[in-house]
Amino acid sequence: MHFKKSNPAKLPTISTTSLPDIVFILLFFFMTVTTIKNQDLLVDNKLPLANETEELTKTDRVIEIYVGRPKQEHGPTKDAMVQVQIDDRLVEINEVGHQTIIALHKMPEHLRKMAIVSIKADSKVKMGVIVDIKKQLRAINLLKINYSTIEGDVFRNLRNRF
Amino acid sequence: MPRRKGAPEVNAGSMADIAFLLLIFFLVTTTIETDAGLDRMLPPAEPPEDVDVVIKQKNIFTVNINKSGQLLVEEEIMSIQNLRKAAIAFLDNGGDGSCNYCKGRRDASSSDNPEKAIISLKNDRETKYATYITVQNELVGAYNDLRNREAQRLFGRDFTEMEGKFLNPETPSAERDDLKPKVKRIQELFPQKLSEAETSTN
Repeated sequence: MHFKKSNPAKLPTISTTSLPDIVFILLFFFMTVTTIKNQDLLVDNKLPLANETEELTKTDRVIEIYVGRPKQEHGPTKDAMVQVQIDDRLVEINEVGHQTIIALHKMPEHLRKMAIVSIKADSKVKMGVIVDIKKQLRAINLLKINYSTIEGDVFRNLRNRF
Repeated sequence: MPRRKGAPEVNAGSMADIAFLLLIFFLVTTTIETDAGLDRMLPPAEPPEDVDVVIKQKNIFTVNINKSGQLLVEEEIMSIQNLRKAAIAFLDNGGDGSCNYCKGRRDASSSDNPEKAIISLKNDRETKYATYITVQNELVGAYNDLRNREAQRLFGRDFTEMEGKFLNPETPSAERDDLKPKVKRIQELFPQKLSEAETSTN
């Protein structure tokens, strides 16, 4: 009776001043948590350094091949054979040509002729593996390759930085 | 006083500050990652049929990397640090005098002209990839140094910068059309002829 009289027919208003803060906190949360998903790396991949590089600007026509020893959580032992990762899967060296063709066919048709194979090989890999991969790429007529590197002083490659 | 105020207004004065904070945060933290690397062209699987071109030995600059990463350049042991200089001297030699922009020693026993000069790179199966990339980088660097020199002379800017602009899809097409003949011209002055033979197995 007393209360009713003092505040007649007015709905209590909810304060919305803190709403932007809440929204921004949410936004922050999502922006920091999300990463643009590239690929889960299944092999060790420490790229060599180089300074005379060219940028791979047209990413729509690139097939990425990761070369290295399988990571320990995926592979059985430390001395496992060097393997190749194409499209989230580990494949043996002698299947690279076949798997690359599969990756190539996922590309839109007009880009296939211009496809570039980006070889992301670990610096510890021996050239024999790279030579085998190159031979297979030649066999399937994918001739444009790019040895992926990190910008840096090349001579540091020669020192044992492992 | 009439009761027509409605809901109390949210004070949005600090909104701008918050937005700026966000903007600054993202500006600082984001790195646009572009892949970079050494571009190479593999030779086709089946060589063209009419290959009986005789290449004079003096026009070939042989680089051999053994399994422990040592270099044998033109039958002499060389450290990788000196490779670029040696490659430049070879490419820029201009032995037959037909190359009027070459500044080399015009040594008759070295390459005739940049058009004919070929760098042949051989490696062992046990060579480390990192070493191989270092050598590749130095050889590409030798070409780039020479091309930069010519681009500076002709157009007053670096070739690598011009090529990067030309290849970047974000460059306006008018500018790219302008760069295309220039890039091509420089590339023709020092064509990249880097051959990789089959690797030795031992």
